[in-house]
Amino acid sequence: MSYEAIKHPGLNLGSAHGRDHDAAESMMFGFWVFLMSDAILFSMVFATYVTSVGATAGGPGPHELYDIKSVFIETLLLLASSFTFGMASLALKYKHGTARLIGWLAVTLVLGVAFLGFELHDFASMFSKGGVPSRSGFLSAFFDLVPLHGLHVTGGSIWLICLVGQIAMYGVDTQVKLGVMRLALFWHFLDIVWIAIFSVVYLAGLT
Amino acid sequence: MIEQTRDGRNATTRKLEERKEFRSYIWGIALALVLTLVPFALVHWAAMPRLWLLSAIGAFALVQIVIHFRFFLHIGFWQKREDLQLILFSTLLLVIMVTGTIWIMASLAMRMTLPAQP
Amino acid sequence: MNLADIFQHPLGRMSPESLPFWQMLQDPTEANVINGVIATGAASVVVIGAIFAVALITKYRKWGVLWSEWLTSPDHKKIGIMYVVLALVMLTRALIEAVLMRSQQAFGLGGGFLSEDHFAQLFSTHGTIMIFFVAMPFLTGVINYVMPLQIGARDVSFPILNSIGLGLTAAGAALVMISLCIGKFSTGGWFGYPPYTEASFSPGVGPDYWIWALTLASLASTLSGINFAVTIYKERAPGMKLMFMPLFTWTALCTSIIMIFAMPPLTVATAQLALDRYLGFHYFTNELGGNMMHFANLFWLFGHPEVYILILPSFGVYSEVISTFSGKALFGYNSMVMATAAIAILSFGVWLHHFFTMGQNANINAVFGIASMLIGIPTGVKVYAWMWTIFRGRVRFTVPMIYSIGFIYLFVLGGITGILLASPTIDYQVHNTVFLVAHFHNVAVPGALFGLLAGYHFWFPKAFGFRLNERLGMVSAICWIFGFMLAFFPLYALGLMGLPRRSAAYNEPSYVPLEIVAFLGAILLTVALVTLVVQLWVSIKHRDENHVFAGDPWDGRSLEWSVSAPPPEYNFAVIPVVTGRDAFTIAKQAGNAYQPADTYADIEVPKNSAMGPVLGAIGFALAFGLVWHIWWMAILFFVAAVVTMIAHGFARDTTRIVPAQQVRQEHRRWLDAVAAAKAISREDERKPANQGLAEPALSGVPA
Repeated sequence: MSYEAIKHPGLNLGSAHGRDHDAAESMMFGFWVFLMSDAILFSMVFATYVTSVGATAGGPGPHELYDIKSVFIETLLLLASSFTFGMASLALKYKHGTARLIGWLAVTLVLGVAFLGFELHDFASMFSKGGVPSRSGFLSAFFDLVPLHGLHVTGGSIWLICLVGQIAMYGVDTQVKLGVMRLALFWHFLDIVWIAIFSVVYLAGLT
Repeated sequence: MIEQTRDGRNATTRKLEERKEFRSYIWGIALALVLTLVPFALVHWAAMPRLWLLSAIGAFALVQIVIHFRFFLHIGFWQKREDLQLILFSTLLLVIMVTGTIWIMASLAMRMTLPAQP
Repeated sequence: MNLADIFQHPLGRMSPESLPFWQMLQDPTEANVINGVIATGAASVVVIGAIFAVALITKYRKWGVLWSEWLTSPDHKKIGIMYVVLALVMLTRALIEAVLMRSQQAFGLGGGFLSEDHFAQLFSTHGTIMIFFVAMPFLTGVINYVMPLQIGARDVSFPILNSIGLGLTAAGAALVMISLCIGKFSTGGWFGYPPYTEASFSPGVGPDYWIWALTLASLASTLSGINFAVTIYKERAPGMKLMFMPLFTWTALCTSIIMIFAMPPLTVATAQLALDRYLGFHYFTNELGGNMMHFANLFWLFGHPEVYILILPSFGVYSEVISTFSGKALFGYNSMVMATAAIAILSFGVWLHHFFTMGQNANINAVFGIASMLIGIPTGVKVYAWMWTIFRGRVRFTVPMIYSIGFIYLFVLGGITGILLASPTIDYQVHNTVFLVAHFHNVAVPGALFGLLAGYHFWFPKAFGFRLNERLGMVSAICWIFGFMLAFFPLYALGLMGLPRRSAAYNEPSYVPLEIVAFLGAILLTVALVTLVVQLWVSIKHRDENHVFAGDPWDGRSLEWSVSAPPPEYNFAVIPVVTGRDAFTIAKQAGNAYQPADTYADIEVPKNSAMGPVLGAIGFALAFGLVWHIWWMAILFFVAAVVTMIAHGFARDTTRIVPAQQVRQEHRRWLDAVAAAKAISREDERKPANQGLAEPALSGVPA
């Protein structure tokens, strides 16, 4: 770890960034608090899923609908994107230039969009097998949890594009730095939620 | 050329720090990869009793979450007190809410649902 | 739903039937006419009120001032005031609805004059408004105003987010108000249990109004909670350790923590209900694997912590008021802090007591029953600490103190009935009777509402620079106290006699005398509210005689009293350095309360921003479109919301500088006023002689 005081969760900018490092404390703590409330939100949707997994109402269940290969690929894509965002964070902190920062962000975006693509394909094939949310309580619960995560990833991707836009317009100024750091927290948080999803929904469902 | 930053730390120190933080991400992804591969492999190939499988999946998931916290989010005991308290409090509440919900819904399921019609 | 649907139904499912007088005109039976007249009357008040407000603002040419000084202001003080104004307006409506319900029940033996449908809408809007659009905005407003001043900060951590929260709350309130004019509100009560609120049983717009109003309000509360918590953690003045903070700030912190964690279950519950209603999902339906108990569980996971959100800020107000008007430091500060934190944590472990009777086994009931009783302990600690604060103090019976004393008596009664209800066995007897209604009003009115009204009286001089009329304040407080007792004590008896809650009518003649007493209580409460309005009018008229510009009319103990009344935009010319609890009392006793600074620095403040009102308006339009199935409107405003947020991300240059010269001038002006003011003793604090400067306390009296 850095030899300097850690002011907030996530990669800290450090004193080399002067005032930006100080300004980050409140902003990052606030975003961290928001992520905690989002974690509770997800946990409630998880609780709904876990207590609804048996409510298939005669319709298709996990074994009929889940595709372990696709989930595995999605997991690898998202994990890789967490790593590439980490590289982007390092590029930001150690001032390796705008091109490197945007490059790593772009790779992250590609991985994230690929993840979403696979996920949408999964949903489409579930629909074709009769696995629609209006079929049963179990399917409603599934389609709350997994698309909720997907929507978060979509939101994060749009945010990423906006940040790249801001870099194009303003360069890497204070607001951009704070934005990248918050998105980093968000992105890693979404990967953590995905761990829970592939474990509780897919792997547990397929045992 | 050694440039002095605001607090006098020089480029060499910063390079060492960067390497350290880079290695954090490498460790993170390596461990996470292993902790992902094992449960997937178990579910796909192992013919274990269901309860064992579920416990293994749960354990690996929890450990991997901790790995993400430590190596990607850089969270450890060096955080400010309020950051750690917040994580502790959120975890406590999450456990209460989720286990409470499961306990209540399970009891209701047992007592309030009709037996399946033939 | 496809493109053709959108174009064929540009107004969604709106039709002439949505108007409040339509049924009355189509089918003029006696019942329809009575209900139609009342409904149309209410709608007219909204419409005429809105037109009147617009006309007044136009006549006095205040649109510019309204926009630039208030609606777009990022200043926590202005935002706080606007929250309180919203709350008081909505209080008026919800109280009228209560009077209507009490009148209906006073005449309920024969069936009454209101239809069951109308009565159901009334209890639904009354509860929804009182919780989400009176109590929440009121406490958010008071915390917003007072807390940053108490911790020696210039503003909250996220001023624009603060403004957005206000906009969203106002949008939710507007949605509930417009439900009077077009369509009907939900008849499912303030907690909207499915399957009754599912599309199959309530296909109309009512539950949708309810869902989106709550979504807007809960989003705003989450944002406010985050804002307050971060502010308290990160923006405290140097030297102000957590254990030096005033109790009101402690309760604000615990309240915001509860807000952050309690809102998500509500968001999930209402979102899932919306998915059921709009897209045919099966979370809570009777068939195909839905489970209505999921909703009850999720809702009360939110609902119980919610009521602690409602009460904790008032507890904080009482701590401030009681210590100030007893002239003593708060007794048992450490215990008070621990009790507040304990209440906050325990509040998340008791939610099942709202549905003891709904089918889970006795062990679960027992665990949650015991947990619910445990919350009585820290609350009791607080009551004793307040009493010990008053004991041997030099007590002044000002209006806030009267509310506090009424609170101590009445809230303890309400709390005791809560302990009774915490026993599942007893709860089985009285669940869903008006005994329960009496209990929660007994804690909400003398607890939450009196506290907020006391806070209103206490901090009004700070916010506006002049004191409120004391005599009218007394009249109002007495009417609130006795009106509450008359309106709700009979309900305990009625509940034990078997009257279920939400009964539009009944068959038991022995209820009638008690119902009439309750009705008289409702009238007295209306008098209380009217007196409050009159008090404001009279106080504004006589404000020039009652100025307290020096800023300390009550010999206050915390930092908000150490600045002018009203405070400057940036709160403190120089951020104070804190050395202990009751920081302002310490400064006054050391003789360095009103010092000029050696140097003044430029102060950076946020610029005005249209984000708050714009996102509020977009939120309202989006919700309205969703309620009425006007899909083009919903899509358009959703996109608008996203675009607005993206645009805000691109905003730069969001602060401006208040020059040091201006800070110096304003500070000197105030210090000169303090020097010219005559210090008054506590006996004179309610007289016009009070210019906001306190005489030094007598020596030998414990401070």
